[in-house]
Amino acid sequence: MRVVLGEDLVLLRDGLIRLLNAYGFEVVEAVDNGPALLRALVTHRPDVAVVDVRLPPTFTDEGLRAAIEARNQVPGLPVLVLSQYVEQLYARELLSDRRGAVGYLLKDRVSDVTQFVDAVRRVAAGGTAMDPDVIAQLLARRARDEPLAALTPREREVLGLMAEGRSNAAIASRMFITEKAVSKHTNNIFSKLGLPPSEDDNRRVLAVLTYLNA
Amino acid sequence: MHHNGHMASADQPTVNRFRLLGWAFALTGLAVLGVLLFAFVVNAISLVGLWIGIPLTLLLLPMLQGFADLHRRWASSMLGEEIPSPYHPSPDEGMLAQLTAAATDPARWRDLAWLLVNSVAGVALAVTAIGMFLGAVAHLVLFTFWPALPQDAEVDLLGGVVVHDQLTAAYFGIPLGVVYLFLWWWASPWLMRADAHVIRWLLAPTEKERLAGRVRELSESRAETVDTQAAELRRIERDLHDGAQARLVSLGMSLGMAEDLLATNPRAAQELLAEARESTSAALSELRDLVRGIHPPVLADRGLDGAVRALALGSPIPVEVQIALPGRPPAPVESAVYFAVAEALTNTAKHSGATRAWVRIRHADEWLTATVADDGRGGAAAAAGGGLRGIQRRLAAFDGTLSVTSPPGGPSVLTMELPCALSSAKTSSSSETG
Repeated sequence: MRVVLGEDLVLLRDGLIRLLNAYGFEVVEAVDNGPALLRALVTHRPDVAVVDVRLPPTFTDEGLRAAIEARNQVPGLPVLVLSQYVEQLYARELLSDRRGAVGYLLKDRVSDVTQFVDAVRRVAAGGTAMDPDVIAQLLARRARDEPLAALTPREREVLGLMAEGRSNAAIASRMFITEKAVSKHTNNIFSKLGLPPSEDDNRRVLAVLTYLNA
Repeated sequence: MHHNGHMASADQPTVNRFRLLGWAFALTGLAVLGVLLFAFVVNAISLVGLWIGIPLTLLLLPMLQGFADLHRRWASSMLGEEIPSPYHPSPDEGMLAQLTAAATDPARWRDLAWLLVNSVAGVALAVTAIGMFLGAVAHLVLFTFWPALPQDAEVDLLGGVVVHDQLTAAYFGIPLGVVYLFLWWWASPWLMRADAHVIRWLLAPTEKERLAGRVRELSESRAETVDTQAAELRRIERDLHDGAQARLVSLGMSLGMAEDLLATNPRAAQELLAEARESTSAALSELRDLVRGIHPPVLADRGLDGAVRALALGSPIPVEVQIALPGRPPAPVESAVYFAVAEALTNTAKHSGATRAWVRIRHADEWLTATVADDGRGGAAAAAGGGLRGIQRRLAAFDGTLSVTSPPGGPSVLTMELPCALSSAKTSSSSETG
């Protein structure tokens, strides 16, 4: 799997290259600034890009902007954005084209290597990987809203994990329940929220995120 | 925002002659009172040596101040410019200290001087205006009560004409009355304005007083800013010491022990490594919170506009954001306004019981205005040590002010204003509900 990496701190860049190589990814180019990142993304069209939000020359959200611009030029280009902090505003912007294949994670999630690699693969496959912090904020904000308040605590937990972008199988193993039980919960959630049911994991996740972001 | 008509007309210098006439009467009456007040104050001061004069003077000073303030307000509405009270702040306790403060305040002495000047110049100006009007009326109506005068009556009209009968009284009186009426119409605003200028001359702060007041304000706000910053640095130091630094120490220990145990007890080593990883996560999360408190990254990335929008998204109640800034304010101002709005929104979410809130930020005439409003239960006040007091301190460092309208039952409106220039970077005008 071909990866383009955008990270300006040498220590982290080398660490990420080593980590990705160890799990069978091929890092085709690693760049350290926004304009170079945009160029690399558009020319290589990698299977997935791993991008730090903050990059030179401005040291603001250069990485995020480059990723969004690249997706404008190459629609649906899978991008996983890493950041020292998460902002709902940025999550919203990444999700706004509703094509999926985006991830937005705190940098420290990298330390849970298997989860991180899973997230990279999921984004490469067109899925979504949203940081639990983003989802927790979204849910906290909507907690008092009518349809969400009607969910059982169990359903709410499933909703959160689903919004992070996890498949039914992953949710099942995480909650120590059967996949069948998970899909029962998801059906209930979708009917309570008035969302059209869908068998496709990715489309389901996007529907949930769009609902929560509204 | 609704102004009622009455307020709007009182705000600007109107030239309603009849209202001016009313004022001329009022000011003349007040000037007489002023002479009495002058006599009382001078007597009280002369009795200071006999102690009894001290409380007497202190009793009379607020009356004198109120009397002068009344005239300041009138003159400022007349001239269309603010005439602030120039008094030094009075100490809270100790009659002698209060008396000394008053005696060393030039504004108090100027008040006294003005009372005398007003009794002459002020009265002369006001009475001239009144006289012109009454004279005009007398000339106009003279002929109507001619039959009531004695048979051989002669009346000297102003202007040197002598009239003997009703016909000539009408013939000369009416045109002369019209002339005087015209004169009054033309001159009364000038006369009253002249009175207002006299008041401004003696009652407005002198340039020296104004500058002294400004220096006092600046030293106070500087002292507060320095205190706040020192406290902030202490807090950051403590947070780093107790948080991230301690975590890194424990991380080092876990790794060291894992290294030792790796060969002999791999299971225990693995547990220690997992612990070490958790330690890094916790340290990062603490650092993240710390950084947000110093300078939120989103503010650096997106400026005030994006950062306030991000705040709105994070708020537990829906917040409507309207920002119209034709450029970016200087970074320290952005930061102050950001934290002020953040504090206001936190207060709203915590205490107001509101279901909606609004944030509006505008820039006009070199002033940035940020308004945070909610539909909650009101009753917010800038208590010492409270969040609103903190906002005030933040803004004061930039000569900014906070005004709070929050009647019981709501709604609450916080208005923050501070002078600042914008860099003409980019136009940002947007409106969104988050």
